Amino acid sequence: MQNFKPMLVVAGLALGMASAGVAAADRAQVAVGEAEVMGEMFRSFNPQGQAGLSRLRQDDVQKFCSTPGWQKQKAHVKQLEKEQLATIKYPADGKLLGSWQAGERVAQTGVGMQFSDAPGSTAGGNCYACHQMSAEEVSFGTIGPSLRNFGKTRGNTEAMQRYAYGKIYNSQAYSACSNMPRFGHSGILTEQQMKDLTALLLDPNSPVNK
Amino acid sequence: MFRKLVKGCLLATACLLPAIATAQSAQSDTVKGIERYRELLADGNPADLWEARGEGLWKETRGSKKASLETCDLGKGPGVVKGAYTELPRYFKDTGRVMDLETRLLHCMVGIQGLDEAAIKRNAFGAGTNRSDMEALVAYVTSESKGIKMKVSIVHPREKESYAMGEKIFFYRGGSHDFACATCHGESDKRIRLQDLPNLLDKKDAQRAYTTWPAYRVSQGELRTFQWRLFDCFRQQRFPALEYGSDASIALTTFLAKNANGAAFNAPALKR
Ligand code: HEC
Ligand code: HEC
Repeated sequence: MQNFKPMLVVAGLALGMASAGVAAADRAQVAVGEAEVMGEMFRSFNPQGQAGLSRLRQDDVQKFCSTPGWQKQKAHVKQLEKEQLATIKYPADGKLLGSWQAGERVAQTGVGMQFSDAPGSTAGGNCYACHQMSAEEVSFGTIGPSLRNFGKTRGNTEAMQRYAYGKIYNSQAYSACSNMPRFGHSGILTEQQMKDLTALLLDPNSPVNK
Repeated sequence: MFRKLVKGCLLATACLLPAIATAQSAQSDTVKGIERYRELLADGNPADLWEARGEGLWKETRGSKKASLETCDLGKGPGVVKGAYTELPRYFKDTGRVMDLETRLLHCMVGIQGLDEAAIKRNAFGAGTNRSDMEALVAYVTSESKGIKMKVSIVHPREKESYAMGEKIFFYRGGSHDFACATCHGESDKRIRLQDLPNLLDKKDAQRAYTTWPAYRVSQGELRTFQWRLFDCFRQQRFPALEYGSDASIALTTFLAKNANGAAFNAPALKR
């Protein structure tokens, strides 16, 4: 902390930090301001491979969602979802369903965007890291809800296709501060990959619905 | 004894790694695999080898100043190793900085022994025959805290700043995937694929996680330190590369170590 500047005490932020379970007594004693945190982050990382320091610069959504207690700011949450909804670009050809077989591969693949991944390599969606999807794949995570039989229960209507594609494109359009990446908005997946994933979720022949 | 251990490890690694790697079918298989591995190593953890080498390095006269590390002050006075890790990170007057074990060791290796800082940092994470002296030293020092309760004190203003900063960084979302530590470690009973994720905001989980690092990683055949753990989680977070011993790394460590207070330290451990 050689370069540590005097602390910015921001009472509101200190209160917002409250998080379950640990050392409540230590909180609220000292608060660090946004600028200090940002400065410390930029001093503490080195660019490597495809992960440059720009990855540390937060957009408004990331900034808002980094403040525990954001849920209580109901008006801001509504506004955020509205703005994120407006970012969704649907395919120009109007077709939202690709191939579920290709979608399954995207859902399985976790590589992409890490500094250890080859720059320019196609990124995966890694949906199985967080979601249950097909019955055969038992190695699935639980950060997100199960998507087993997603299409079977929701139907394969045009409205549902738009929702599924939109959800993959920008999860926060429907649920502010979701733990799910904004795959289209953040340039992780291509339009074709998102079409294929939409098919994986909704096609009646997809293993998700079998 | 060590020769026997090496042979045991090699055999166990050879026959059990595939078992662990292919045990994708169910979590319990993975857990069973690791349990079996632990049983096979009943008389020791390969980390013992790092500990022994680290003890040697601590006592050996090295560097341009031809000195050992036996006068290094890890916070409890020059040369005191016993229990030192359970009170780190802490504020050090002589540097005016909060330091974790690894930055403090680095400070001593450079200041007392005259070793090259850049070279030590470059080689902080060993790979195969390219062994890391730091990992060995960390294994030795932490092994001298086994069974002692974590007792990190947040009293000095710099320690308070570090803790508050660590908490902020824990929730700091960014990068291509909008991830923060909290994304993967902010809720209980979650997992990624089949890997259980500790909820580091829960006292019990935080204690179990922190007190079992450093660890010998079966999947890597290396002993890994807490700086490595943070470096690799930031990689998964799609952030750039965490600078070894950076302020952000120490702040996060302060936050997590303090939250583990009260639990008996139980590392170097053995992990997947
Ligand atoms: C890091 C974890 C994570 C990853 C990776 C992830 N998701 Fe999610 N997902 C979530 C979480 C958490 C939710 C629930 C909150 C929300 O709705 O945003 C969710 C919700 C969803 C929903 C809405 C479910 C509903 O009931 O309406 C869909 C659809 C979905 N994810 C699809 C995907 C697909 C397809 C992928 C892969 C491209 C994916 N997710 C990758 C965490 C993740
Ligand atoms: C994308 C998900 C993800 C993110 C983000 C993440 N981690 Fe992890 N973390 C993991 C996984 C997976 C493991 C288990 C790794 C293993 O067993 O190989 C883990 C393990 C750990 C452990 C060791 C737990 C134990 O019991 O051994 C600690 C401590 C930890 N992470 C801290 C952090 C911190 C601090 C951050 C933020 C800088 C962070 N993680 C960000 C996925 C993540």
